[in-house]
Amino acid sequence: MAASSAALSLPKVFRPVLGLGRSGNPAKVWAAAASCRREKSTFVGRIIPPPAKYGGRHTVTLIPGDGIGPELLNHVRELFRFSCVPVDFEVVNVNSSVATEDDIHNAITAIRRNGVALKGNIETNHNMPPSHKSRNNLLRTSLDLFANMMHCQSLPGVQTRHKNIDIIIIRENTEGEYSSLEHESVSGVVESLKIITRYNSLRIADYAFRLAREKGRRRVTAVHKANIMKLADGLFLQCCKEVASGYPDIQFDSMIVDNTTMQLVSKPHQFDVMVMPNLYGNVVSNVCAGLVGGPGLVPGANYGTNYAVFETATRNTGKSIADKNIANPTAMLLASCLMLDHLRLHDYANMIRGAVLTTMNETRLHTADIGGQGTTSEVVQSVMKNIQSGGPLTTEQI
Amino acid sequence: YNSSLTKPPPAKYGGRHTVTLIPGDGIGPELLTHVRELFRFCCVPVDFEIVSIDSKSTSDDDMNNAITAIRRNGVALKGNIETNHNLPPSHISRNNILRTSLDLYANVIHCQTLPGVRTRHRDVDIIIIRENTEGEYSSLEHENVPGVVECLKIITRKKSLRIAEYAFNAARQNGRRRVTAVHKANIMKLGDGLFLQCCKEVAAGYPEITFDSMIVDNTTMQLVSKPQQFDVMVMPNLYGSVISNVCAGLVGGPGLVPGANYGKDYAVFETATRNTGKSIANKNIANPTATLLASCLMLDHLRLHGYASMIRKAILATVSETRLHTADLGGQGTTSEVVQSVMREIESKGPRTSEQI
Repeated sequence: MAASSAALSLPKVFRPVLGLGRSGNPAKVWAAAASCRREKSTFVGRIIPPPAKYGGRHTVTLIPGDGIGPELLNHVRELFRFSCVPVDFEVVNVNSSVATEDDIHNAITAIRRNGVALKGNIETNHNMPPSHKSRNNLLRTSLDLFANMMHCQSLPGVQTRHKNIDIIIIRENTEGEYSSLEHESVSGVVESLKIITRYNSLRIADYAFRLAREKGRRRVTAVHKANIMKLADGLFLQCCKEVASGYPDIQFDSMIVDNTTMQLVSKPHQFDVMVMPNLYGNVVSNVCAGLVGGPGLVPGANYGTNYAVFETATRNTGKSIADKNIANPTAMLLASCLMLDHLRLHDYANMIRGAVLTTMNETRLHTADIGGQGTTSEVVQSVMKNIQSGGPLTTEQI
Repeated sequence: YNSSLTKPPPAKYGGRHTVTLIPGDGIGPELLTHVRELFRFCCVPVDFEIVSIDSKSTSDDDMNNAITAIRRNGVALKGNIETNHNLPPSHISRNNILRTSLDLYANVIHCQTLPGVRTRHRDVDIIIIRENTEGEYSSLEHENVPGVVECLKIITRKKSLRIAEYAFNAARQNGRRRVTAVHKANIMKLGDGLFLQCCKEVAAGYPEITFDSMIVDNTTMQLVSKPQQFDVMVMPNLYGSVISNVCAGLVGGPGLVPGANYGKDYAVFETATRNTGKSIANKNIANPTATLLASCLMLDHLRLHGYASMIRKAILATVSETRLHTADLGGQGTTSEVVQSVMREIESKGPRTSEQI
């Protein structure tokens, strides 16, 4: 467990114990969490960014990961240095080929210290024994990053089969099918446990409705398979309904996951905000990413009560295109903008985001995944040129 | 679609087959009535034994009768039976009970773009083979601690080998070059890892067929951007549900794709996406194509290939007529107009002589 390495830097937050022994007693947990010095309101609370240190510069943990991660994150650093963004990166490498968990625990400690991270996807070696857990999964559960938020929007310059898609997907990030709890009691028969708890379901539903309200969205759809998994998804659906009753201004409905995916490929415009457990979230977010133009365009964010980690939405390693200068940097650049928004550096975020979107309109700069022949460095150079032509940010603007 | 792994029942009573018909709920009864009408019109040598299942009752008698009838006849055509969500969780989905009791282990869905139906993707031709009896649909859930539910997903070696064998055999018989296994073994290492391993073992016995695997999230993303890369896909139960619905959406919607459930001894045919269609029931606007094509699959299974191709050609000719498209395809046609048109098409081809049958 992460408890041992976390002892040194664990803030005063009640951490629900992971695993099967998780108690479903919400009242105790909420009270303890509310007493934390970082929380100011309800148990989920507003996520407060870490205070700026050392003369107004933030420190952010950077995990390069594997595949295209390192090169794209280098471009992000280059861009930040060019734009004079007051962010310093603390680079923590995680070696995916070793079996020890020290690297990932170092990374987790660094994120606990800094509060915010930007990461590339860490490869999971399939040839290792099943006890070797996915590093990305370990990171998410140790830091309790319970909400994965992905905003799928059609970008104006990218040609897709569907136009004007605008869907926010909120996916439970820590439990469900990703509990990594499997066993083979009888040889040839594997039982894989999918865990759904009331506490986590209420938490993610509350997050979804609050986000919908903050962004002025009218409708939240819960995606489930409660006709078959009556207790598990039934509990999830019930929690969503309970939370929905506290938000009468937002319409709530539910849809079975197979019907949802079918509707997504034919009429995606009917969806607004969607909330769902872990596995369906994985599938639906990838479908939506495919609808708006592919894995190279959509950024994703993982939020917890105290930490936030930003990455690409579809979490691809991109091993086959690594170091060839053909990867699409848009997803990673937009993820870094999400991070700047989280750090309340909105002006820098809007500046970079505007430049990235302007670059996307140029079809001759499109990379291979969206049908062009541009290279990664050309795209990044173009973003920098767009920023430069926008004029310097004066001190009043910051 | 050709499958010799399931033997059809021998014709009885002067060459006429008896097939169990389960009307189900929603649009099931009206569409199956059209099927019966069409079969009578075409003089298809099939008699239907109708077994109704009341989805509101909690007793198992209806289901047991239906299952006994299917065991007797060997083949069934069904509409989807509604699962009442207000009943306690011990009331298991009737469709699920039917599939597991009869051990209909393979759900086969052939998604093809139909000429005449305008879709965003062209030339989609994918066969999806989905394990139909285990996986996430085991209905094994319990709540040891209040507020914490454990839902068991069961993957067994025996069933994974069986479905992989079915998939490769079907690929070989239909002249397909490539089988893709869809899984999530990077997270569910033991569960989907076992499934993947079984597929690899079976693949070794079919050297002429390319085997590869793809993680389910990447698969769905590729399906919405480049579906033409897929040929035959094999997967466990839940991913099968999602992917078959994505593919049905790609080729035009739930009203167009038929589905078949094959077991060792029994075969049950229905629409691929198993919708009840409660909101459009009895309004004469449902698309009958899926159910009609499912009945053609049934005729193929009974080795009545002449009738099957006759009806299928008529249906495809009708679907090409845009003014007959029903509401789900963007038109304004009614169900009865579509069925009438199919019958007219069949009539215009002339009577079938005894040599053709």
